[in-house]
Amino acid sequence: MSLSKKNKEAFLNPLTINNPVTVQVLGICSALAVTAQLKPALVMGLAVTVIVAVANVVISLLRKTVPNRIRIIVQLVVVATLVTLVSEVLKAFAYDISVQLSVYVGLIITNCILMGRLEAFAMQNGPFESLLDGIGSGLGYAKILVIVAFFRELLGSGKLLDFNILNYDCIQNAGYQNNGLMLLAPMALIICGCIIWWERAHNKDLQEK
Amino acid sequence: MAANNNSKGFSTNSNTYTIVYAVVMVVIVAFLLAFAHSALGPTQEKNVRLDTKKQILSALNINEFSDAQATFSKNVVKILDNNGAEKGCAVADFDVTGADKNDVIYQCSVDGATKYVIPMNGNGLWGAIWGYIALDENKSTVYGIYFNHASETAGLGAEIVKPAFCNQFKNKNIQRDGVLTSIAVVKKGQAAEGKDYVDGISGGTITSSAVSVMVETSLKKFEGFLTK
Repeated sequence: MSLSKKNKEAFLNPLTINNPVTVQVLGICSALAVTAQLKPALVMGLAVTVIVAVANVVISLLRKTVPNRIRIIVQLVVVATLVTLVSEVLKAFAYDISVQLSVYVGLIITNCILMGRLEAFAMQNGPFESLLDGIGSGLGYAKILVIVAFFRELLGSGKLLDFNILNYDCIQNAGYQNNGLMLLAPMALIICGCIIWWERAHNKDLQEK
Repeated sequence: MAANNNSKGFSTNSNTYTIVYAVVMVVIVAFLLAFAHSALGPTQEKNVRLDTKKQILSALNINEFSDAQATFSKNVVKILDNNGAEKGCAVADFDVTGADKNDVIYQCSVDGATKYVIPMNGNGLWGAIWGYIALDENKSTVYGIYFNHASETAGLGAEIVKPAFCNQFKNKNIQRDGVLTSIAVVKKGQAAEGKDYVDGISGGTITSSAVSVMVETSLKKFEGFLTK
């Protein structure tokens, strides 16, 4: 099955020129909270992708019936229901993962990307386009999370996915030290800023006139 | 956004429609969630109980097992109350997540040696923290320790669960000359007077102090048993 140009854009744009985190600057709050280590960042990225995709489809199917004045509430209810269901299912069938995620599952409800995509895309487009847009946005978010978490865990703790990379005596004795500052939330913002800088330098379309 | 009139000719903007829509939506969602919770509840509770048993085993440095339930039954011998008297309740029947979960001592046997596991609970920076401390038969030397938390900061306070932090407690003593002194968590490089101490976590100061307080207050509850 080949995708039409519009569908391809719905899927690919959030990964590149319309990234939810670096271009739309949504979901920054959770990008700060879960990126001290790579593993929670990966799981969070995956969970958000699934939930934004499903929520996009549900809202897209309901879009013609939703009363305009309470549309935000409807969107919020759909998202909160999905998140709660995912969390209940995880607790019953994948308890270890749910323990690992702990607060992050709840944090998904407050992720601005969800509301942003529902309001800006799913309310005007069909279910299939919305599904693609949801997956694209989720992956675009996950991409930034993983990049930020990679640098924070590597430079902050000297590890990646809890595997030791830099904590060996030979490296530490040569004068290298893990930078504790990387573990603090502000560094996530600074790394995000660097990514935005890099993207803008490479893509003229993103620069203001 | 433009007003949403659908083709059947009634307005999705009318008050009646909005109210009915909201009510129906809430009822459906409430039913869905209630159904999911009651259908999955028993499985979840079983998971929580099993996980608590794994936590107790972890305090006893038993982290590798194929069947947590069987390993727990094998190593935990008796349930004692906080004065060390037998609770009169078989280990198999005791609910490790029940109301008196923080007021019991698990008398355990690891490779023939008697160990006592004492539950701990307290408040961290963002939410609850808890753990289990396993003591040797002399009721003073730490054999193993387990910490967990509800929502401490990942990479900072959350490091209390890591072996790097927990292993510092091993072979420290909670008593000096028959007096309960507990173990202090102090800033790296500093020392605590008159008691054993371990290094806290840089960047996780509040959680580190909370652990220190938790260990002390939780052990205090069992002072009668420990100093007997």
